[in-house]
Amino acid sequence: MKVITANFVTCAVKECKTSPESYPLHFHDAELEQQEQEFQPEFIRNIVPRIDWDALRTTSNELGFPSLPESKPEGEALDDEQILKDLHRLLLETQVSEGKLVCGNCGHEYMIKEGIANFLLPSHLV
Amino acid sequence: MATPQVDAAYEQKNVHEVYQQIAQHFSATRYKPWPIVERFLQDLAPGSVGLDVGCGNGKNLMVNRDVFIVASDRSENLARIALQHQPHSTVVADILDLPHRGASFDFAISIAVVHHLSTPARRIQAVAEMLRTIKPGSEMHEGGKILIYAWALEQKNSRRGWDKGDEQDRMVPWVRKGDQPQTFHRYYHLYEEGELERDIDNAGGRVLEAGYEKDNWWAIATPKTADV
Repeated sequence: MKVITANFVTCAVKECKTSPESYPLHFHDAELEQQEQEFQPEFIRNIVPRIDWDALRTTSNELGFPSLPESKPEGEALDDEQILKDLHRLLLETQVSEGKLVCGNCGHEYMIKEGIANFLLPSHLV
Repeated sequence: MATPQVDAAYEQKNVHEVYQQIAQHFSATRYKPWPIVERFLQDLAPGSVGLDVGCGNGKNLMVNRDVFIVASDRSENLARIALQHQPHSTVVADILDLPHRGASFDFAISIAVVHHLSTPARRIQAVAEMLRTIKPGSEMHEGGKILIYAWALEQKNSRRGWDKGDEQDRMVPWVRKGDQPQTFHRYYHLYEEGELERDIDNAGGRVLEAGYEKDNWWAIATPKTADV
């Protein structure tokens, strides 16, 4: 599961979706791997405005990466190839192959196996 | 009277388990996006972020290289096949409990999925759950859009030959080819003309466009807003 995915998912439990505590989900016991992807600067430039930057900083921090700048790159910073490359590496190439995503509201754990997170709920949570 | 647990168990046996079994062969027979799906995805602005709910093998993920899609499927085996389509993401999730925040996506597609839900309430709930994730429109901005496809009852020229007035709830065979061919049965609800639009309306959506393509009814919709 790519780091970018964590920016666009939250807890599947109905009551959690409106709770600020449930987003972003927290990685636990994450095994990381790098998977090379084609670098498309235009794609990164387009997607950055859509990223929830605070959530990405939290995720990146929890995975043990150096701190991201406090504010999201915009304007001229998005013409800086190195900034785009670094974001490409973090968002698309950094993958969590095994581990868990944990909801900060209800505590439910979603398993990640061979790179795929499973959000199916046990019947008592549906 | 069936309960949600009973309905879910029915779909588990007659839809989800079948797709797990036929994933490989099913995927090998699905490679080309349908024209309306292609047009919908190509019309999206660069940088749009959306969902493909019930993505199957992910055949619709490569239509537009300038958007980002979080794809999901109930079948882990299909999700694993869809995972290969970069730069998108694939997760395992249920259309009735999507793991996404509300009002945050530009678009969502669900192609040949809602017809596998076994009661009217669950089919409406599925549409409502997709609409929940979509950015509503405002005076300043057009709202996000969903595209839904469902198998039509009216398909008298297809090899199945069903038409208006026939039974809408059916078990449809899938023959898995190979050394030892095996037949599986999947549950389908066949939509009659106008039914998809009615479901969307009941789910809180406003239909923008609708039609018929390749034995399916389709509709494009946006969340209803207070002033509409």
